[in-house]
Amino acid sequence: MSALLEIEDLHVAYGRVEALRGVSLSLRAGQIVSVIGANGAGKTTLLAAAMGLLPARGTLRYAGADLRKLDTEARVERGMCLVPETRELFGELTVADNLLLGAYTAHLGRNALARRLRSVFERFPALAERSRQRAATLSGGERQMLALGRALMSAPRLLLLDEPSLGLAPLIVRDILTIVRGLRDEGVSILLIEQNARAALQCSDHGYVLETGEMVLSGESAALACDPRVQATYLGGAADE
Amino acid sequence: MSRRFNHTLVAGSVLAIALLPAALGDFGVALANDVGISVLVVLGLVLLTGVGGATSFGQAAFVGIAAYASAWLTTVHGASPWLGLLFATTVTGGAALAIGMLTLRLGGHYLPLSTIAWGLAIAMLFGNIEALGRHTGLANIPALQLGPWSLLDARAIYYLIWTIVGLAFLFCHNLLGSRAGRAIRSLRGGSTLLASVGADAYRVRLSLFVTAALLAAVAGWLYAHKNRYISPSPFGLRASIEYLLMAICGGVGHLAGALLGPGLLLALKNLLQDALPMLSKSGERLETLAFGVVFIALLQRARGGAMGFVGRHLGRQATLTPAKPTTVSPLPRRRLPPPGAEVLRVQGVVKRFGGLVAVDGVSFSVAAGEIVGLIGPNGAGKSTLFNLLTGTLPLSAGAVSFCGRDIGGLSARTIASLGMARSFQHVKLRPNMSLIDNVALGAHLRSGCGMLRGGLRLDRREERQIAAEALRQLERIGLAERAFELAGSLPLGTQRVLEVGRALAADPVLLVLDEPAAGLRKLEKRALAELLRRLREEGVTILIVEHDMDFVMKLVDRLVVMNFGAKLLEGTPAAVRADPRVQDAYLGSVA
Amino acid sequence: MSWDLVFILLVDGLANGAVYLLAGIGLVLIFSVTRVVFVPFGDVVAFAALTLAAFEAGRLPPTIGLVALLAVLATGAEAWRLWRAGQPEGILRAILGWGLLPLTPCALAYLAAGSDRPAAVQIAAAILLVLPITPLIARLTLQPIADASVLVLLMVSLVLHFLLSGLGLLFFGAEGTRTRPLTGLAWNIAEGYSVSGQIIMMVVAALLLSLLFYLAFEYTLTGKALRATAVNRRGARLVGIRPAHTALLVYSCASLLAGMIGVLVAPVTTMYYDSGFVIGLKSFIAAIIGAMVSYPLTAAGALVVGVSESFASYWSGALKDAIVFGLLIPVLMLRSAMAQQVEEEVDEIDP
Repeated sequence: MSALLEIEDLHVAYGRVEALRGVSLSLRAGQIVSVIGANGAGKTTLLAAAMGLLPARGTLRYAGADLRKLDTEARVERGMCLVPETRELFGELTVADNLLLGAYTAHLGRNALARRLRSVFERFPALAERSRQRAATLSGGERQMLALGRALMSAPRLLLLDEPSLGLAPLIVRDILTIVRGLRDEGVSILLIEQNARAALQCSDHGYVLETGEMVLSGESAALACDPRVQATYLGGAADE
Repeated sequence: MSRRFNHTLVAGSVLAIALLPAALGDFGVALANDVGISVLVVLGLVLLTGVGGATSFGQAAFVGIAAYASAWLTTVHGASPWLGLLFATTVTGGAALAIGMLTLRLGGHYLPLSTIAWGLAIAMLFGNIEALGRHTGLANIPALQLGPWSLLDARAIYYLIWTIVGLAFLFCHNLLGSRAGRAIRSLRGGSTLLASVGADAYRVRLSLFVTAALLAAVAGWLYAHKNRYISPSPFGLRASIEYLLMAICGGVGHLAGALLGPGLLLALKNLLQDALPMLSKSGERLETLAFGVVFIALLQRARGGAMGFVGRHLGRQATLTPAKPTTVSPLPRRRLPPPGAEVLRVQGVVKRFGGLVAVDGVSFSVAAGEIVGLIGPNGAGKSTLFNLLTGTLPLSAGAVSFCGRDIGGLSARTIASLGMARSFQHVKLRPNMSLIDNVALGAHLRSGCGMLRGGLRLDRREERQIAAEALRQLERIGLAERAFELAGSLPLGTQRVLEVGRALAADPVLLVLDEPAAGLRKLEKRALAELLRRLREEGVTILIVEHDMDFVMKLVDRLVVMNFGAKLLEGTPAAVRADPRVQDAYLGSVA
Repeated sequence: MSWDLVFILLVDGLANGAVYLLAGIGLVLIFSVTRVVFVPFGDVVAFAALTLAAFEAGRLPPTIGLVALLAVLATGAEAWRLWRAGQPEGILRAILGWGLLPLTPCALAYLAAGSDRPAAVQIAAAILLVLPITPLIARLTLQPIADASVLVLLMVSLVLHFLLSGLGLLFFGAEGTRTRPLTGLAWNIAEGYSVSGQIIMMVVAALLLSLLFYLAFEYTLTGKALRATAVNRRGARLVGIRPAHTALLVYSCASLLAGMIGVLVAPVTTMYYDSGFVIGLKSFIAAIIGAMVSYPLTAAGALVVGVSESFASYWSGALKDAIVFGLLIPVLMLRSAMAQQVEEEVDEIDP
């Protein structure tokens, strides 16, 4: 099967400083691919470039199309959906409105929209309880659920997740990663960016390690988790006696 | 650009300006006089808007205040125009001070909006006050008299105008290169950085605002006594916008832009005035249109203006702090507390953002000469805690004491002055300033020369001391060779190290470092660890947030572990490493 | 000051306030979605009034030429952009959307002019004719720099005002006009206390239109998309809301509002090509009272500005505008003190 997302020799610069130097990555349909790395390694930049939020040099292909010709919104229309680290919710709008806007590009009828909304509420019962609350009043975990729920409203083909575990209790992280794996089983492909390397490698099929703007390692997630370099730096080698 | 080239350019310009009247006709000299007056106003705008980042749509109102002040004093009271100058600058400076104090704390786009409001209101006052002649204005203003010479003639006043322009240029150039100038150049991009080095962004902005108004005042005074007649119209919003257009046209980030902009624009205006009536009967109407189109095209296509263009082709402006390794006495140093004395005590500190509790009752203390690490997963509240300790954010509850003094309610600036220096998780450098300037900013509180001494170049001794100190810190962090490069050209990891250098230039008691090693390679990390250990030996106390376990475990004496805003535990690296709670929280556990 | 005088001033202030409310809604609408402080709003108001006056005088409104000029320029700009982006296939659509669509009201206006048409037709034609002006101008001047800082946008917008008033002078000439009142009725509350039908119409129109906008914002997906863009632009892009589309929508709405305001004020104020500026600025103070984002507060602000203006004009006709603008400074200070300090915004022109 050919790749759903193909990134080759990607360069991104902020002014004169290169944040990504020749990064390549490939993701097949139905896979969870994780990218792990320390803060400042360029993980978020990678997703922003994939989404067209930052100008980039290099090859970006999605479902056979050249992404560089498509702006961010066109990428969303074609089924790419980013859940950023900053969540980017509409704080002043209600939870329900946030979700409805998630389906903005789907142009659904009233009934289809209601059905989709129901299915998201079934997946995240906490959101159903708070559907009339403003998004800004949610707790950290609920915000992450809302961000994920809003993404699901667009019925994405490829979900780009930036640090879904950030600032969340282990129990919630576990829930969210369970949901992520469930989505994969429903046919959604996922590019997962995580600092929590262990969690990321446990739930993904394939993994990449990003260090100061370069991909230094890649492989099957299970194999990567056993790699001594990964263990030393990302799995808390110092804590492994 | 080399220094010699610069000097040649300056000498050439001065010569050209001196000889210009010989080459120009009467009309040309009159135009050159108008250009000179506008240059003064635009010079202020370049400082205020281009360098300082505060846009004013009201500069023409200051020109007007001065023009009316001097005109009123000399016509109604028959005073000498030189007394008029004193009066005009005093009144304008006072008005600017009052307006500035009222409006300069306004955030974001409110500040430029407020300038529209007072700019309009002042211009309206001119047209409605009886003593100022309402819409007819004031006439028969006396010409300037310099000893035995009358400056009635355009050629005579030309030299006065351009001498003043030259002096103003020199002052502004010196100012930007001085300690106050570094603070001014750091205004853009927020006040957090300035507060962290102990400078008050509001006061810097206020003095800059008054300086710009004073330059406008001198221009207004010259205008009144050159034209010998004034009316409200040249001091309205439209005139202010034209000054801004001149600044942008010339290049709002460069002093030389203040010279080019008015020249280019007034020449263009004259050209249009000559050419348009030939095209259509409604020439004057077309002039407004042409102007609007030019301005919008400029803002759309070339916001850098003429100097932006010149700059691209001649290379960048040189950095303004030339450090000569001469033997100067070093800057005075602080007495550090004896090893083991309590430097920092944090008690039950809480921070809430709306419903979110980011820091939840954290307590710990740090002793002199210790390196204490603060670790925890992303989002655990470490950076928020740092912002609370350094005064960047206000506490919701709890107490912090530093060297025995309660600093709970103090501003970031005051805390910095007590000897706490920090680096930021999201790097706060001034990318368009050189490395040495960025580091010198850290020494702000160890020096004291203000704008006046800077502008008059009476700060040389202190500047040499600062430069030597900045260079010394750059050497320490291994960046001395790149001292004159721009900070923005460094890789992100190295920018973090540069922040450490800036913090060191403050001669701190306590160094608070937020992820200084992120983005560094192995060797660079080792060098940084080496530096921090050396600092500990010198008696500096260090509090550090870091994610690289390997780095932090080998470096610190003690660790404080945070999770979900609360302190999980505290102990030696070995004890923390062995604790199962840390494993669980930090490394996450996915069943 | 006697009670009937207070009453007259209050009613006057209410009428002013109604106008500032509508204009304030337009300004808030534009600012919250595009971050542009749209100074030339008032100019469009003046154009609408002058267009209606031309219709009433039986002349062909010069607005037709203005709109046609803008449409040609905008079509050219769009075609050029598409050509350079390597998408020549989109040019036909651009000609239809940016060229023919704005020219349609021109054709209608051409038909409506001349003979004695009913007032309603003239009013509708005037509003329709002004409608394309704001979106076209925004497409030409603001859209290419939509991502610039608020400040650069503000500067362009200020210059735009001068440009538009220049165009106004060119197309409409310098003489002022006043149109026929929409109604000659008046409402006598008591002896000496009466309110003209015109003022009642202004207030009612303001209330109805604001209600309409409120409903559209609360209950339609498009309205929610606009609010979402206002709250979080990046978030809006991530769900596929195109900023250029929402911008086009709000500029059109604002233009519509401006047209209605023009028609409402034309019978009570003598309008010149540049009369709109002051209307724009005062509604702008109302909008700032609403922090440029809140509609209810803008409404309150509009009332405050309207009433203080009418009282200020009683005390000093010459200084009333200076007083009203002076009002902006305490308002700004209050706003700034209440606003959470947004730290580290890089909000300047980049040299």
